[in-house]
Amino acid sequence: MSTMTDNQSGPMLAADGTPLKVSLARALRRQKIRAFLLIVPLLAFILISFIAPIGDMLFRSVENGIVPETMPRTVVALEDWDETSGEAPSEAVFAAFYEDMKVAMEEKTHTKLGSRLNYDTAGIASLFRKLRKPMGNIDETQPIKPQFIDAEEDWGDPEVWQTIKRLSGYYTSSYFLSAVDMESTHDGIQMKDDFERIYLTLLWRTMVLSVAITVSCILLGYPIAFLLANLPLRTSNILMILVLLPFWTSLLVRTSSWIVLLQQEGVINDTLVSLGILDDQGRLELMYNQVGTIVAMTHILLPFMILPLYSVMKTISPSYVRAAKSLGANDWTAFWKVYFPNSVPGIGAGAVLVFILAIGYYITPELVGGTSGIFISNRIAYHISSSLNWGLAAALGVMLLALILVFYWLYDRIVGIDNVKLG
Amino acid sequence: MERDDYIVRFENVQKSYDGEILVVKNFNIDIERGEFLTMLGPSGSGKTTCLMMLAGFEPATHGEIYLNGQPINNVPPHKRGIGMVFQNYALFPHMTVAENLAFPLKVRGLSRADCDAKVKRALEMVRLPQMGGRRPAQLSGGQQQRVAVARALVFEPELVLMDEPLGALDKNLREEMQFEIKHIHETLGVSVVYVTHDQSEALTMSNRIAVFDDGIVQQLAAPEVLYEQPENAFVASFIGENNRLMGTVTALNGSTAQVKLDGGGETVGALAIKCGGVGERTQLSIRPERVVIGQDDADNKLSGKVVELIYLGDHIRCRMQVGTSEEFVVKVPNSHAHAALKVGEVTPIGWATDDCRALDVLEA
Repeated sequence: MSTMTDNQSGPMLAADGTPLKVSLARALRRQKIRAFLLIVPLLAFILISFIAPIGDMLFRSVENGIVPETMPRTVVALEDWDETSGEAPSEAVFAAFYEDMKVAMEEKTHTKLGSRLNYDTAGIASLFRKLRKPMGNIDETQPIKPQFIDAEEDWGDPEVWQTIKRLSGYYTSSYFLSAVDMESTHDGIQMKDDFERIYLTLLWRTMVLSVAITVSCILLGYPIAFLLANLPLRTSNILMILVLLPFWTSLLVRTSSWIVLLQQEGVINDTLVSLGILDDQGRLELMYNQVGTIVAMTHILLPFMILPLYSVMKTISPSYVRAAKSLGANDWTAFWKVYFPNSVPGIGAGAVLVFILAIGYYITPELVGGTSGIFISNRIAYHISSSLNWGLAAALGVMLLALILVFYWLYDRIVGIDNVKLG
Repeated sequence: MERDDYIVRFENVQKSYDGEILVVKNFNIDIERGEFLTMLGPSGSGKTTCLMMLAGFEPATHGEIYLNGQPINNVPPHKRGIGMVFQNYALFPHMTVAENLAFPLKVRGLSRADCDAKVKRALEMVRLPQMGGRRPAQLSGGQQQRVAVARALVFEPELVLMDEPLGALDKNLREEMQFEIKHIHETLGVSVVYVTHDQSEALTMSNRIAVFDDGIVQQLAAPEVLYEQPENAFVASFIGENNRLMGTVTALNGSTAQVKLDGGGETVGALAIKCGGVGERTQLSIRPERVVIGQDDADNKLSGKVVELIYLGDHIRCRMQVGTSEEFVVKVPNSHAHAALKVGEVTPIGWATDDCRALDVLEA
């Protein structure tokens, strides 16, 4: 054991002379490999089914390969064109465009290209759909530009070519600009016209409604969680089933039952009318607006507030409140100065959970939100399934994700994520 | 005046939680001003319930509790002005030590300067002057305990309740804290009602001890009286170690009784404390340290067979068979003159009649 003598400097050595750290790592390697093998199936599943598709989707928010790939010659020729001149580009550009489109029409990619360009400048899609008309009658021995403009005068509009030039790169910021109601023109980046703005309003509304839902969940959930945490176990278990019941009921069923209750011919309005509180003409508009969204989503997300609150309140020893009272605090002071501060981690956890769930909610606002109560996620769904503008959908999704991360960061700074207790 | 003598009076107090079982049966006690009174008893004996009724957290089902001569059954806890130390200290985790101590002062509307001065003095009293800025979680158990005591005393209550405050500490710390609390009690002259199930704690600290069992005070007396003159078999067995011998009373002669032991047939003399008349069963109680070995000048002489010897340094613990009991323990002091004992040997033992008490028979 000469290696273990006291005057030895340098790393500790194991009995056989190898450094102790190496020896320890070797001993632990088998364990580590086994632990890794155990998580491999889940890891692979998550990678394939979750991380990869989301990554691909998010990448679409900047990806713009279709323009340079479908019209390589035009893109090169347009480099020499001064887009601020206010005139259509030169004959060379039209010639290159003609060559590109011959290929594109054979491959039938020209309408896709048109749709892509149409996201930035409305009307271009129809130009490309009707491309067969100018292309079919071109005399290749003559200059192409006048023939094009004669057949379809919109091809002489510099705005069309400005759009093409702007989008000629493999990557674009245009989806993100659209997502914040901005556009890039030859004068630079600027806000869209008032009547075209939609996403910032929608984003703001999503946040405001989510905050409203979170606050109403706190206000409604806190007393219930308090009751549950302080009742004898038998009673609280029965009540807990009532809290969990919504979890076991389909989201659609719950939302639909709110429709039954809230609609103008619904239970609440009928009752108020039959009691004479409202007259038949003055029925309340309780749904297809923000009220409907807030009411239904508060109900649906309430368990996510109650459960973390309950589990935190369970850990608050009743002796704290007793101690406060024995020290001279009345019921309210004992609650406010002692019980409430200790329940804040539960409020924090519940609020984060409810807010993050609310900000990305889709089904309920879709069903009861009407036009004024829909969320940004409904717009994302529209672009995914109806307008097929996946790039914009992806950009909106990235923004939503970034927003949640910002809130998470803010929350960590203000409350401290260590203070969050989920159970 | 009664008001000056007693700080707390329980009058015929009963408590039931479910309306079927009385947890506290007819509790009467007068607690003197400046007294350190301990409620001692096994768990479920009703001692904590009595403390909670005094603090105001549990209403009395029947009877009246007086504080300074005023009935307090309808006074809420925060208006009783009683300091309390809880079992697990109940220090507020979200406040620093100083904020914890300032809490009772702030709710009483004291000025900031007064608060600071009193908090500082309280921290010095429990020898933690540097700890004001720490959180309770950053303190050791003993330190938390001292803060809890300081918090219960900082608003200068006349009465402090302590509910098994040392239960969570290890043995050495517990003994240290016993003396510290005792010392604080003596310095401040505050009245203390202390609840514990640890009899040595009760014996060390108290002026008087109320021994609880089954919702009834079995005996209320000073520690030395409780130990040396237990009034019934429960107290005798609960306080300290005790040898029990069963027998039948054969004669009563003033304050002494002649008792015929079971099995062996020997008759011994004992003080008649609670043994009933001639012919009734009785339990004799003798402290292990009052039994002498190998001497023949004792009032009562018997013989015992040594079953087990345990060497404990200052004394030797000798378990013997005496009559029908195999659990008869004698503490033999480790002195030059101590008897040389061997396992299996039969040796003469004896005790003074005054050290042997004839008590009731415990149903067990």
